[in-house]
Formats: sequence, structure tokens, C-alpha cells
Amino acid sequence: MLLSNLPALQVVVPLVSAPICLLLRRPGHAWACALTVSWAVLAMAVLLLRQVALEGTISYPLGAWATPWGIEYRIDMLAALVSLVIAIIGAVVMPYARRSVMQELDDEHIGAFYTCYLLCLTGLLGIVVTGDAFNLFVFLEISSLSSYVLISLGRDRRALTAAFQYLVMGTIGATFILIGVGLMYMMTGTLNMADLAQRLPAVDDTRTVRVAFAFVTVGVSIKLALFPLHIWLPNAYTYAPSVVSIFLAATATKVGVYVLLRLFFTVFGIQFSFDDMHVGDIVVWLAVAAVLTGSLVAIFQDNLKRMLAYSSVAQIGYIVLGIALATGAGVSAGIIYLFNHALIKGALFMALGGIMLRLGSVELRDLHGLLRQMPWTVAAIIAGGLSLIGVPLTAGFISKWYLVVAALEGSYWPLAFIVLASSLLTVIYVWRIVEATCFSAPGDERPGLREAPLSMLLPTWLLIALNLYIGVDAGVLTGLADTAAAALVEEALP
Amino acid sequence: MSTATTLLACIALPLLAPLLITALHRWPNPREAVTLLTATGLLLLVLSLYGTLQGGAMPVVPVAEPIPGLAIAFVLEPLGLLFATLASFLWLVTSVYAIGYMRSHHEKKQTSFYSCFAIALASVMGIAFAANLFTLFIFYEVLTLSTYPLVTHAGTRAARDGGRVYLAYLLGSSVVLLLLALVWTWSLTGTLDFREGGILAGTVSPVMAGVLLMLYIFGIGKAAVMPMHLWLPAAMVAPTPVSALLHAVAVVKAGVFTVLKVVVYIFGLDFLADIPATQWLMYIAGATILLASLVALRQDNLKLRLAWSTVSQLSYIVLCALLVTPAGIVAGSTHMVMHGFAKITLFFCAGAILVVTHKTRVSELDGIGRRMPWTMTAFTIAAVSMIGIPPTAGFISKWYILLGTLESQQLVALGIIIASTLLNAAYFMPIVYAAFFREPATAADHVPARKGAEAPLAVLLAITVTAGGTLALFFFPDKVLELAMMTAGAGR
Repeated sequence: MLLSNLPALQVVVPLVSAPICLLLRRPGHAWACALTVSWAVLAMAVLLLRQVALEGTISYPLGAWATPWGIEYRIDMLAALVSLVIAIIGAVVMPYARRSVMQELDDEHIGAFYTCYLLCLTGLLGIVVTGDAFNLFVFLEISSLSSYVLISLGRDRRALTAAFQYLVMGTIGATFILIGVGLMYMMTGTLNMADLAQRLPAVDDTRTVRVAFAFVTVGVSIKLALFPLHIWLPNAYTYAPSVVSIFLAATATKVGVYVLLRLFFTVFGIQFSFDDMHVGDIVVWLAVAAVLTGSLVAIFQDNLKRMLAYSSVAQIGYIVLGIALATGAGVSAGIIYLFNHALIKGALFMALGGIMLRLGSVELRDLHGLLRQMPWTVAAIIAGGLSLIGVPLTAGFISKWYLVVAALEGSYWPLAFIVLASSLLTVIYVWRIVEATCFSAPGDERPGLREAPLSMLLPTWLLIALNLYIGVDAGVLTGLADTAAAALVEEALP
Repeated sequence: MSTATTLLACIALPLLAPLLITALHRWPNPREAVTLLTATGLLLLVLSLYGTLQGGAMPVVPVAEPIPGLAIAFVLEPLGLLFATLASFLWLVTSVYAIGYMRSHHEKKQTSFYSCFAIALASVMGIAFAANLFTLFIFYEVLTLSTYPLVTHAGTRAARDGGRVYLAYLLGSSVVLLLLALVWTWSLTGTLDFREGGILAGTVSPVMAGVLLMLYIFGIGKAAVMPMHLWLPAAMVAPTPVSALLHAVAVVKAGVFTVLKVVVYIFGLDFLADIPATQWLMYIAGATILLASLVALRQDNLKLRLAWSTVSQLSYIVLCALLVTPAGIVAGSTHMVMHGFAKITLFFCAGAILVVTHKTRVSELDGIGRRMPWTMTAFTIAAVSMIGIPPTAGFISKWYILLGTLESQQLVALGIIIASTLLNAAYFMPIVYAAFFREPATAADHVPARKGAEAPLAVLLAITVTAGGTLALFFFPDKVLELAMMTAGAGR
């Protein structure tokens, strides 16, 4: 009974618990509630993935309304994988959150914080499990609205402007998506994605469908911060509370990528998206531009959160690059990259959160000689940085390897070269951190500066360990990603 | 112990040593004992492998499979065994030397120094016994990263800048060019295993294979073929034991070792002979030999002169490999060992001079032979070996190099080798002459050798062993040649 309702529970549990957090009032209780829910979500995500791996795609009609009319939750391998990413990050970040949130937020906001966090989790999971285009929009709004609030909770006053900037951009994006979905509904009379996929080919040479495609593509590109629609991202990540930066950096843009995959491959189909609309040819250059400009700008950042934010812009470029190849290998590389990048960025932002807690700053010049006082945190940053670069035996290497293989398989030589050469830009900004923390002498005395608390170090190192594990044994992940990619690419073919 | 266990132990032993070294960081003597014991143990392990090496393919020992189809795996193979013996033997000697050097130089952070050294050696073992190019690449990168803290050991601005150049060249070349070559090879052949006769034949046109070969030769930045050579002089900011073992033997030899492996086991000699680009790349290696020698001639800093000489000597081996004849492979493999012994001796001597007299320049060495006769005698033996005059090891390898060029009718290469021999003499002999036959510039250097004037005992001991080795390899080169010939046989 419980097992068969997992797809719904995955969304309903965090949704129902969110207001409970608000009612609990006491910060500790709200945290405990959010922690329990996050772990329950992880358990459900693992069970779902197992079920999908064993039995194939799950279709769950919500409220038992038959599918094209009622809302369908549809979980295929891709959805299961992405919800696993979200659940892992949520489950790891919650034990970490208690100390960080206590220090960075006022007591009266903490209940609201966990409420918004759970709502955001609900929204992200909902986007992934739903098989209904309009429902997807609703969940997108739930996650976006709650993340605007989360970002604005940052202590820094600039957090408000950052949140507002994100709100404006995000709303434009959401509106575009809604317009696109509306146009599709107008042409087909359905909102169910599988149903849309069947009905769209009949009308896909109409201007309306093409405009719908353009609207949703641009709308989703804003959400996933694809260059040049990324301008909301650096400020949002920089000024948000540490926990929010971790959670959003590791999950929000990834879910955006998921929506992109869904639209290109499942709803519109590979034929229409890539052959008729040539979206690949456009997006691939945007991705390259994202990789290069994101990395270049990251090199010149002195605020580490900002540096990592620009690095995220670049990394999203890599992911989209894989998708834009529109081959099984390319999409699979994109999915692997998505998964690994969530782990890497999560770990890196977590380490920064520890520094923020102890030092109150993540400006590069304040971090000089930090290796002495916070060796484990700095070691985590270095390990995560190596993974970001793509050094062998880390998850980052696996994702780069698959991306380059995919590029070469399609004989896209320049792309393979750009992917590899741009990792040198990553080396430069990662090495700025290494040199500052390990070689430079501290500018002023920092008496009493201690290592980050265990409750924050352990989750950080857990993600680092996952990174290293995938670097040594990626067979399971790549197998799942291949299955997911094959399903996407093939189901689109006649 | 079975061969498989021994192979794994060769990598695990130096990899685990840092744990103990770090645990003992308060007690310098037991800490150094760990290094010495590990080095001895490693040497014994490597030597014990000689009994089990037979002709033909050896069983592969898989450890993990990061990417389906691409395993981290090890195998016993003649060239790898040769390289592993060279590195593990010289590690033991260098450890003795390093203890004397680091203590009399009062270096800081010695715990991390010995730890990184051990990790670097573990990655050298990984490179030597790699069963496929993928494994080799992984340890190649680990070697770069584990030696970075050693290069920047001094912690000064100069060290940091040197470290930047070091990383930029080594990571840059390997990530952009070598990794691209790896992925390309993988997508062409579906394997990266080292196989006798190569894996690429018949999968790619000769012209594209030439591009691929170029990616390999320049991507293996550790082989320091121009223009990928600038990291080597930059690495000279490191303490002398690091320059001696890593930047005259372990790291640079890992580079040429990789080149030899790629030539023999990835391309295969027969296939390589059909590629027109091979010839051109050989000329680039030849140009590196001459240009680096000319630059060495102009260096006043002794360590820099040695570094440029290393750049030149490494390209000997690359040139030999690109002759694509069995004789060339024999010559290259032999030179890897012979040059290793001579060059490490020279660096040891440079370090001894630095410790005793605090001199770093060639122009300050007038009459130093009277004060440090033992050191400078060893220096002379090594210098003679670098030129290739009997009775030193260098003669043996130069003999085979000349033989190789003649056999393959590469007269240009022959001319380059001969010209370079003269240049070697031109930049080493003046040092020897000045040390023994010139009057010392200052009164302090006038004192004849007496107690305290020579280098510390540990340093002298190490110098004696490597200089002795340089002589001994002239008289007993059989084992080296045997392994080299087995390697050459595998290329067909």
C-alpha cells in the first residue's frame, strides 16, 4: 500500500510537513522535523529508483483519475535519478543546517526558513515526478517562490536585491513557460506530457507550436541559468544563507536541466527539437559561451561563493553541451555530469559554509593561511576543487571523460578540445584558493579560530567521499544514466 | 608472495607510509626510519619480481573499474620492471641523502616532505606497472599533484611562482592533449590496454595517426619535448633531493617511460613506421636536444644547468623511441637508466656544494675540488658518463643510440647525437676543470680537505653509491640490456 503510493508520498510528505515546521515555533523542533522529512524523502527516492530499475517506468494516476484527464505522476529512470540527487543533497544538508542556520538567521525566522526549505524541496521533487505540463509549472512556481524567500533571508542586505533580481527573472521565465504550455494546450487540448508527445507531431508545422517551443525553451533556460540568461544566479548564490546556497546550487539548476531534457526529448521529441527547430545548433554555442565566460569570470572573483556561482554557470554549460549533442552518449554524459556536479558543488558550498560560520567571511583575502586553523575544511575544498577540475579518481573526471567521448563520437573535435582546455581555467580559479589558503601568510591574527563543527564537517566529507567513490567505481551511475538517456533518445524516435 | 600480491604491495607500501610518517611527526629519527624501511622494503619487493618475469604476456591484476571497460589494473612487464627498479633503488639512496641534506639545511615541514615523497614514489610504481594507458594516466596525474607540494616546499614567492609554471605545463599538457589522445584512442579501438604490437594498427589513417602521435608526444609534458619543457627549469626551486630524484629520475623518466610505452604498446613499431609524422616529431626531439644543450651552456646556476641538460637528455630517449626500430627502443630504455644514475649524482653533488659552501653558481666553483675532493670526483665520473666516455654507464647507452641511428639510416639523428655529445662536453668539462685546476677565489676555499669541509656523511654515502653505480653499470649492463631487449621484442 505504502510502496505503491510512493510517487505521491514523495511530494506529499514534504508538502504537508512544511506548515508543521511553521507551527512548531521552536527552532530546534522545526529543524528536527525538516531533518526527518529529508531523510524520509531520501529513503523514498532510493526505493523509487530501485522500483524503476527493476520494473521500468512507473505511472501513477493522482487520485485514480484516468490519465489524459487526471494528473499523472510518471517516474522513469531520468526522473528517479534526478529525484535521488535532490534527496541526497537534502538529506546531507539538513544535519549540516542546524549550526549554520542558527548562526546566520534570526531566531524568529528559523521556523519560516525550514518551512520554505521543505516547500522548495516539494517543488523540486514535484517537477521531477509529474507527468503533466501544467502541474510542472505549478511545482516550478512552488520551488521558485520558496527559493526567493530563502535567498532573501540572508543576513547581507544585498540578499534582498539578489532575491528581487531572481524574482523578476524567475517570474519572466515562469511566465514564458506558462505561455508555452498554454499554446500547446490550445493546439492539442491536452496537458499530459505523454499525450502531448503523441498529439504534437500532427500539428508541429504550425507557427503556434514553434512559438510554444521557443517560449518554453527560453523560460526553462532562465531557470537553469543558461548563458546569457544567468545573471540572476551569481548574486543569488552569493548573498543567500550558506545552506540555501548549497541546496540551490546543487539542485535547483539541475532540475532546470531535467525540465529541458523532458521538453526536448519527451514532449516535443528529438525530431522536432533538433532536426526541425535546430535547437541543438543554437544551444551548443550558448553552452560553449557559458563554459568559457563562466570560467573566465570565476577566475577574477574574490568572493569564493561568487567564484563558485560563476563556476556553476560554466558547469551548466558542460551539462547542456552534452544534451545539445542529442545522441545517447551525449545525453548520458549530460546526466552523469548533472549528478556529479551536484555532489561536487554541494560539497564545495558546504565547506564554504563552515568557513562562513567560523570566520564570517568567504573573501579570498580573509582566507590566507587558513589551512593551519581549519585543515579539514580546506582539505575538503581542495578535494572538491580537484573533482571540479576533473582530476582522475574523482567524480569530475568521470563526467568529463564521458562528455569528451560523446563529443568525439559525434566527431565534434572543437567541442572535445574546448571541454578539456576549459578545465585549465578551472585549474586557475581552484588554484587561487589553494595558494591563498596554503601559501599566503594570514594578514591579521585570528585568535580562537577553530575547525568547523563536526555536524558540518561530516556531511561535507560525506559528499567528498561520494565524489571519490564515484571516481573509482562509476559503473552503477553510468549504467543508470545510459538507461535513462537511451529511453529519452529512443522514445522520441518513431 | 604471488606476483599479483607483490605488484599491489609495491604500490600500497609507499602509499601507506605517509600515515606512519605523519603519526611520527614529533620524533624525527623514527620518522626517517619509516622512510628508509619503506624504501628498502620497496626495493626488495621490486627485486623479488625478477624471478617471476618470463617472456610473453603476464597475468593482469585488476583493482577497480571506474568506467565500464576501463580498469585500474597492473601487470608485470620488462620496461616497467626496469623503471621500477631504477626508481626504487634511487629512492633508497635519495632518502639517505635527503636525511643528511634536510637536516644540515634545517628545512621546515620535513614531515610533509617525506610524506609527499612517498606518495610520489607510489605513483611512480603505479606508472611502471600500469596494465593500460588509463591506469598510467591516473598515476601520471597523481604524480604531478603529489610533487607540487615538494616543488613549492620553500613556501616563498619564488616557490609559488615555480609551482604555478610546474602545474600549468604538466596539468595543462596532460589534461588538454594527453587526455584527448586517450579518449580518441579509446573511441577508435575500444580499449586502452598495452598490447604487444600495439592496438592502433588498422583503425586510423596514417595522417590522423600522426596527429594522434603528436597529441601523445606533446601531451606527455613530463618528457619535456620542446615547447613543453619550461616546467623543468621552474621545478628547480625545490629542495635538492627533490630535484635529484624527481626531476632527474622519477618524474621526467615517467614522461619518457610513457612515451616508450605508447610507442611500443599503443602504436606498435610497424604501424608507427608508416606514419609520416614520426619523422618530423623525431626532428623536433632532435632540435630539443641541441637547443636545450645550448641553453645549458649559458646557465650560471648549477642546478639550472643540470635541468637544461636533463631536457636535452630526455629528448635523446624520445628520439630513440621515434626511430621505431628495436635497436632504438633498446637504446632509449637503456639510456633511461644510465642517464638516471649520472644525473642524480650530479644533482647530489650540487646539493652537497650548496649545503657545505652555500654556493649555487658555476662561476663560484673555482678550486672547489680541493675542499670537497670526494664530491667533485663523483661529479667528474657523472659528467664523463653524461658525455658518454668509457668506463661509465653513459657510454653503453650512447653506443646503442648511435647503433640505432645507423641501423635505421637516420643520418640527421646521428649528426644531432654527435653534435650534442660535443655540447655536453662543453658545458660539463669547464666545471670539472675549474673545480680541480683553478685557484680558489677566496681564502676560505683554500683550506685543503679536512674534517668538516666535506659534505655530511649521509650525503657522501649517497653520492658514492650513485657514482659507483655509474661505473658499475659500464661493467655489468647485462640485466638492463636484457630487459630493454625484451621490451623491444614486444613492439613487433
